[in-house]
Amino acid sequence: MNERTQGVKFYQVGSFAVGNRLLEPDRHSAQADAQRANSLISGHRACQGCGEVLGARYVLDAAMRATGGKLIAVNATGCLEVVSTPYPESAWRMPWLHSLFGNAPAVASGVAAALKAQGHTDVRVVGQAGDGGAVDIGLGALSGMFERDDDVLFVCYDNQAYMNTGVQRSGATPGGARTATTPVVTGHPGNRFGQGKDVPAIAMAHRVPYVATATVADLRDLEAKVERAMQFTGARYLHVLVPCPLGWGAASSQTVRLARLATESGLFPLFEAEYGEVTAVTPIRHPVPVDEYLRGQTRYAHLFDDDGTHGGGDPDIVARIQAGADHNIRRYGLLADPDQSARGRIDLDEGVRR
Amino acid sequence: MSSEHMANPRAVVERLAARVSGRAVEGSRAVAETVARCRPQVVPAYPISPQTHIVEALSALVRRGELAPCEFVNVESEFGAMSLCIGASAAGSRTYTATSSQGLLFMAEALYNASGLGLPIVMTVANRALGAPINIWNDQSDSLSQRDSGWIQLYARDNQAACDLHPIAFRLAEELAVPVMVCMDGFVLTHALERIAVPDQDVVDRFLPAFAPRQRLDPAAPLSLGSMVGPEAFTEVKFIAHGRISQALGRMPELGARYGKLVGRPAEELARGYLLDGARTVFLAMGSVLGTLEDVIDEAREEGLPVGVVELTCFRPFPAERLRKLLSGADRVIVLERAFSPGSGGIISPELAAALAEPPTVRGGAGPVRCHTVVTGLGGRPVTKKALRTLVRDAAAGRVAGFSFLGLDRELLGRAGYGRAADADAGQTWERLLADLKNRETWR
Amino acid sequence: MKAVYQVRLHGRGGQGVVTAAELIASAAIADGLYAQAFPSFGSERTGAPVAAYCRIDDKPIRSREPVADPDAVLVLDATLLRQDFVFDGMKPGGTALINSPVPVTDRALTLCAVRVRALPATEIARERTGRPLPNAAMVGAFAATGVVSLSAVRDAITARFPGRLAETNCAAATDAYTYVLRGGGCPAASEDREARSVQ
Repeated sequence: MNERTQGVKFYQVGSFAVGNRLLEPDRHSAQADAQRANSLISGHRACQGCGEVLGARYVLDAAMRATGGKLIAVNATGCLEVVSTPYPESAWRMPWLHSLFGNAPAVASGVAAALKAQGHTDVRVVGQAGDGGAVDIGLGALSGMFERDDDVLFVCYDNQAYMNTGVQRSGATPGGARTATTPVVTGHPGNRFGQGKDVPAIAMAHRVPYVATATVADLRDLEAKVERAMQFTGARYLHVLVPCPLGWGAASSQTVRLARLATESGLFPLFEAEYGEVTAVTPIRHPVPVDEYLRGQTRYAHLFDDDGTHGGGDPDIVARIQAGADHNIRRYGLLADPDQSARGRIDLDEGVRR
Repeated sequence: MSSEHMANPRAVVERLAARVSGRAVEGSRAVAETVARCRPQVVPAYPISPQTHIVEALSALVRRGELAPCEFVNVESEFGAMSLCIGASAAGSRTYTATSSQGLLFMAEALYNASGLGLPIVMTVANRALGAPINIWNDQSDSLSQRDSGWIQLYARDNQAACDLHPIAFRLAEELAVPVMVCMDGFVLTHALERIAVPDQDVVDRFLPAFAPRQRLDPAAPLSLGSMVGPEAFTEVKFIAHGRISQALGRMPELGARYGKLVGRPAEELARGYLLDGARTVFLAMGSVLGTLEDVIDEAREEGLPVGVVELTCFRPFPAERLRKLLSGADRVIVLERAFSPGSGGIISPELAAALAEPPTVRGGAGPVRCHTVVTGLGGRPVTKKALRTLVRDAAAGRVAGFSFLGLDRELLGRAGYGRAADADAGQTWERLLADLKNRETWR
Repeated sequence: MKAVYQVRLHGRGGQGVVTAAELIASAAIADGLYAQAFPSFGSERTGAPVAAYCRIDDKPIRSREPVADPDAVLVLDATLLRQDFVFDGMKPGGTALINSPVPVTDRALTLCAVRVRALPATEIARERTGRPLPNAAMVGAFAATGVVSLSAVRDAITARFPGRLAETNCAAATDAYTYVLRGGGCPAASEDREARSVQ
């Protein structure tokens, strides 16, 4: 078993000045390798600053490295599929199948079943979808894949709305966010609270071998989680927060920063779980109030009144969002002292993250 | 060979052929065994009456190791089932599933996707009515509703045909890269126990070689399947698909003949004639109703009525040429339809009429053949010999309307309030509709 | 066999009515004939009235309509006799076999000269198999008409049931066969008490 560990964590301060150069070659990130798979190459049509293709590139190259290039990808309908395969061109350099919107998990299960029947147990399968394809229309198929423990790593690139079709609300859209189908109108400050699905928790409820959350703010962490996932056989789920500059209303240069603020505020907790139990969390180093995260996105602009055009903003909603962040922090122990926390213990001596 | 059988030549052939072959087995079970001998590698299954016995039998065959290697996957819905088929087929495995009715519709999106991706999936559809109202009994509205999905559609006249059409289906699918639906009447065939000859493994192996996909998901030779195709090329892609499915018109009879030789049975064809010599009034149908109908036609012929039958097996692609040939001597065709198009009329009839409309020269200037639709046995209503006898006599005498429902229970309609004069202000009233059905000009 | 021989079976869900029809068809096929068996389909639950049909012929059977004019009717549950449709369409000179511990008279049957036999199929089944499922016994009784042979019935049972159950069901079928052949279950002394002999 190829066990990869993160002995040392690097935190980005400004540019990645510190990085692979200080590590042993075999600990370099997959993206740093000149021989990387480049599964998703340049030439695709994604927006500048698209978090999803950034995430997909890292996920697939890491998975290709973990499997020695023996990987098949199944993609749901969505931005990723649309930007990457305008006939007659394709940006994929690995075997890739797009079927429908709601069936990527089932199609991936089918590929895995065929490989098993053919005796090709060395070839692995990754299924991928946006939040629409994983959280909503694909949830039935996803649950089926989970409960059967089919040997698929399923990745959800979560930009929190149906972006491909014009920013409509999904089951992953947070409370208070403006979308095209949760417009801001007097008395209706964006998406309703009390709705939505926690798909990582749903995945954990199926007690599948491995579940993890990640963002494009910490790409090494993302790669490490992919590699960890590929050490298991059976159903695995990775939920990756990928900001969408267009849909979130932020400059394309802010993608990574917004993802970091999402985790540092507690709104998007980073953790890993195995067979339904949390096994590791990433503690918040510099906690920030949710304001700092929300202000950078026009989808939340109605909650603030910096330019006097929003009638005082909506501090109640902001407070409610903050309460949600605080809840996550408590629930996952994101600010607990690592030495005392029952979960999220980092053993610095052994350099092994458990 | 007694004289009573001379009017029934096919029965004689079948008697001789099947005397030493076949065993008592339920239709579903026989189909499952035949499918197993076709060596599918991945079989996703989701239960729905009346297909369940097929997938149950397959699960047992897989577990006992009689079908191996094969992954039998219990999926979460029919949409999941067809989606799993898509993934497995794209990855290079021979793939099979079965469904009916609501299940077929639940996977409708995936049906179009499978054919669009050129995946040679084979599926058994145990024909059952579509709700609402919910009805678990047999008619053909389910598969016919998907006639434009790009799948080849074959309809079995009996359980022997249901079995035999499966190896033919796999071979056809894989040669043409077009998925195939084998349709068999639910309950009537699936749940009937009778003498059926399941083909031996070595016979199937001789007929059906291992699956050699024209393209597959393979890390050694990566490709992208399922791209987005814009206006500049979509029409051409569809044109090519039309051409590919149409190739079955030539290929299916060839494969049917080859298979028939191997098993010693009459070949499966696009369409077959029965007692067409001198038949001026010809009945056309698909599926199990043909058996009951042919008993009645035998009697009618003995009484001297010039009637015959065309058995339609391949509905998609539609065998226009073959049907023109078979019907070249007919004045009228009565199509027994096990489904219809509400607000329009028959489904098979309009396609048949269009096929027969040209060229007139085939018939030597005898004038167009009139097509009549008789909607028969919806939602499992039994098709009785008694009703068919009356229909056959009426048809031979030119007394059948252009569009009618066999055995429409007007009393029941009356009790339900349809047909009362009080509805006169409702536009096209029920009474007028019923009268229209009754009185519509009968064509000679 | 001049014409197709048709059987209709009536009973309640859970009594093995469909299996009985299939056993008769299997027996006929084992005897070298053509046969067909199918249920009147539905989502019946245990206890609801069910019917099944069987056709036997020496040439291939094409028709699939429900049996409207049976040569034989098997009634696996005597409570259904209160509904007179069980004998609808019976051919004159046909055979009615009724699962009942006491003889059964039915005016309608008498009028069309139908041979009626009542037999305690449930009791026979209970004695032989420990379960009150009358289907194998009723099929054994049917063999007494000579349309199918008892040995073919036993073959069909053996092919259908596992090990011990096959043995006990065969025993039940044989008991019922003997019972009917010996004239048991006739409605009254003046009625025809001779069952057709085995051919």
